[in-house]
Amino acid sequence: MVTVRATLPGRALRFPWLRGEHFTGLVLISPTFLYAIALLAVPLLAVVLFSFWTQDYLRIDRTFTFVNYKEAWSEPIYQLLMLRSLAIAAVTTVVTILLAYPIAYFVSFHVHRRKSLWIFLITIPFWTSYLLRVFLWKVILGYNGVLNSTLEWLGVIKQPLTFILYNANAVVITLAHAWAPFAILPIYVALERIDRSLLEAAKDLGDGPFRRFWRVTLPLSMGGVVAAFLIVFIPTIGDYVTPRLVGGTDGLMIANMIQAQFGKANNKPLGAALAISAMLIVTSIALLIFWLNRRFTPGQR
Amino acid sequence: MIELRDVHKQFGPVEVLTGITADIREGEFFSLLGPSGCGKTTLLRLIGGFDEPTSGSISVDGRPMAGVPANRRPTNMVFQSYAIFPHFNVNENVGYGLRSQRIERAELDRRVAESLSMVGLEGLGTRAAHELSGGQRQRVALARALIMRPKVLLLDEPLSALDKKLRQQMEVELRHLQRAVGITFILVTHDQEEALIMSDRIAVMADGNIEQLSSPQELYSRPVSRRVAAFIGVMNFFDAQVLAEQSNGITLDVAAFGKVEVPRTQVPGKMNGSRATVGVRPEMLTLLFDESDVSERELIGEVVDVVYYGDMTYYEVRLPGVEKPATISMRNTAGRRVLSSGDKARVGWGTDSIVVFE
Amino acid sequence: MSDAHTPKWLSAYAIGYLVFLYAPVLLLPIFAFNDSAIINFPLKGFTTQWFEGLWTTEALHSAVRNSLFVALTTCTISTVLGVCAARASTRYHFPAKRGIMGLIMVPLVLPEIIVAVSLLVVLIQLGLDLSLWSVILGHVLICVPFSIAVLASAFKNFDRSLEEASLDLGVGRVATFFRITLPLVAPGIISSLLITFTISLDEFIIAFFLTGTDATLPVYIWSQLRFTARLPGVMALGTILLTISLLLLILAEWFRRWSARRSGADLESGTGGLY
Repeated sequence: MVTVRATLPGRALRFPWLRGEHFTGLVLISPTFLYAIALLAVPLLAVVLFSFWTQDYLRIDRTFTFVNYKEAWSEPIYQLLMLRSLAIAAVTTVVTILLAYPIAYFVSFHVHRRKSLWIFLITIPFWTSYLLRVFLWKVILGYNGVLNSTLEWLGVIKQPLTFILYNANAVVITLAHAWAPFAILPIYVALERIDRSLLEAAKDLGDGPFRRFWRVTLPLSMGGVVAAFLIVFIPTIGDYVTPRLVGGTDGLMIANMIQAQFGKANNKPLGAALAISAMLIVTSIALLIFWLNRRFTPGQR
Repeated sequence: MIELRDVHKQFGPVEVLTGITADIREGEFFSLLGPSGCGKTTLLRLIGGFDEPTSGSISVDGRPMAGVPANRRPTNMVFQSYAIFPHFNVNENVGYGLRSQRIERAELDRRVAESLSMVGLEGLGTRAAHELSGGQRQRVALARALIMRPKVLLLDEPLSALDKKLRQQMEVELRHLQRAVGITFILVTHDQEEALIMSDRIAVMADGNIEQLSSPQELYSRPVSRRVAAFIGVMNFFDAQVLAEQSNGITLDVAAFGKVEVPRTQVPGKMNGSRATVGVRPEMLTLLFDESDVSERELIGEVVDVVYYGDMTYYEVRLPGVEKPATISMRNTAGRRVLSSGDKARVGWGTDSIVVFE
Repeated sequence: MSDAHTPKWLSAYAIGYLVFLYAPVLLLPIFAFNDSAIINFPLKGFTTQWFEGLWTTEALHSAVRNSLFVALTTCTISTVLGVCAARASTRYHFPAKRGIMGLIMVPLVLPEIIVAVSLLVVLIQLGLDLSLWSVILGHVLICVPFSIAVLASAFKNFDRSLEEASLDLGVGRVATFFRITLPLVAPGIISSLLITFTISLDEFIIAFFLTGTDATLPVYIWSQLRFTARLPGVMALGTILLTISLLLLILAEWFRRWSARRSGADLESGTGGLY
């Protein structure tokens, strides 16, 4: 990237449009950009194409058809899985943010000298394997698991609790834990950016602690909350591991079905159609939230 | 020494320099002065080789600089941020440029020590970059550039990061340093006082071009336009009507002052049509406190505001027939009264103290 | 803040939240050393047999080798691509910059299963065999945005006039890159390598879809989770992995602080380095 700049003056005389900034910038970005084109844009288009084809056992029929989408949107099982995925992801995201906001607020406003240590402590657990973390919740919540055996041992309960594993509750608990730092960090960054003198001004103008939070801190940190929402919501909708390990049959989500279509059920075009449908839904929700935030939170750029 | 010929620079659709032509002499302290966005830093960077002009030519010491990168030019720069390499100590920073040349260790050490003493940093060679104060960083940047023995030293707002006291001290030191090393200094600044104090010649820039290029005294007393006059110090402006133009002078009817004959030397810029503006510096008007004080000409005005500065007092005085009050500065000498608002005041002036613009 | 008064409930909540965060992770070492094949309380006794068992499991060893190969290759490629993109985006203006950067950063907000599925479709269509390399292709794609995020903050704090000063002092562009630019962004590069290495080492879905016959570590662990008898071994393995990532993290943090101190940067504001 250095040599390109060095040869510029001579080249620039002949091709004025190649001169300086633009040219160097494009040359520098091109390896990464071409990689993203080849391995992201093209494959996504391929999936779109694929979703309009059909599969007959091993043979792919390349006639253009809407059959897969018709099936994906009308079959009750797919409708159910899609709605459940949306519901679980939405609940998970809300729970995660509600749990995360106070801790981000605590670190930003009430920790003074060791802020980075706190952030460090919050992120450490997430450097262990995602798979193992999810699995450990199965160990904790299971019929003979840590929670039940401890409670029985302590004599709090006689029979093991069953409502905490192999259902949507377990999925929500596990995901809320798994995505915690992804919600805490954006909110923390947004809170850190708030000019502290604004709060003093609000206090000076007669606002108590609650009104101060409600009228100044919360609106100014909404950008972080929205970022947290998107960062947690989008990937959780497509999560495969958690529903599979702790969800039971009532907690299965759309990703499990997509995987099944590419695996055992062996209907890849239908799997592609399901994947594209899920992506469209997620994207429209993300855009909607983005737009709502712009529209209704004052002081946004 | 440096010849700029019709230098243009365009960034995308924006024309930042619109055809600069100027000569900078060997061994002079030259300043590029102007408000932010006037193109002065761009011009300095073109001379240093950090950007190439869109058209026009720059030559240094008779050598055309087109296509010559910054590392091959006989110029060195003191950056606005000082650009002290944070991972090197003072010695390593100052010796950075020499180390890449094949120079003996002993010679290198000698020259590093020499340039450190030149800027008054003896014995601080092993300090880490982050242990330096703002003033010390600036001196390191100076030493690092001077050690290269450039033909031209470029200084990009070198004093803007310093506090007022240190800045005033450095203004004098830089001037002495330039005399001592005898090389051409080109300073970019937006601070007119800084430029006046240090420079041999000043180019006042506006909208990508040089508005006036002259000595500090000339710039202050004979600005060529209202814009230059307003940028350098304070000036009172009065509307005027051109009554007659002679070969050696001009006759005007000036608001409040009446009919005035002004010699050509006091009309530094171009004239156009019958309307003109007359400028008078605040210290060129005097308040006559006692009967015994006399002046070439006299006016009666009314004091509308008084600002007391300790050594000076600035009066806003309304003159007959002029809406905007004139600013008059008076030194507070022993026993001299300070007037208050509402007082009548006798204002003295002379024809040689005014300057005429378009 | 002028009033440092912290409500009691907030402090209590903070402590409670940390317990929630750490509870699952703390179970790993507890059960890894527990002398029982069943994972529950009360504990039975101390043993190291689960660790000894790992030592003789050949499938695990090959999974570790595969994962190391994938993670090392991924972190190198994605950091190189990240350096190019971060440098381009922080230093230069070029046409369609927002669109280009947007596309590159998309994997950050794309469910991994979509990435996995789309790559699988293309590989099938091209008739290519699945291998560790197909996993690497996918991992690089999701790691590059993280690399850019880390490096962009390193490059943004980098004063451009440092390079110009070096050029001005007669040092060429290549030498300037190695003597000024590289040493100063090195902490960012090391952070990027560590983060992308960890992400790749831990990634499951893409590996699950795209790996052929060679399992990576997460795929191996996944296969073990079905067998109750293997669970204590998984706990032992998890304990080892936890220890390694803790050591790496502390090392990375120590290195970041050391280099920040050397360059005189503000430590508290430097959180962009690691997280």
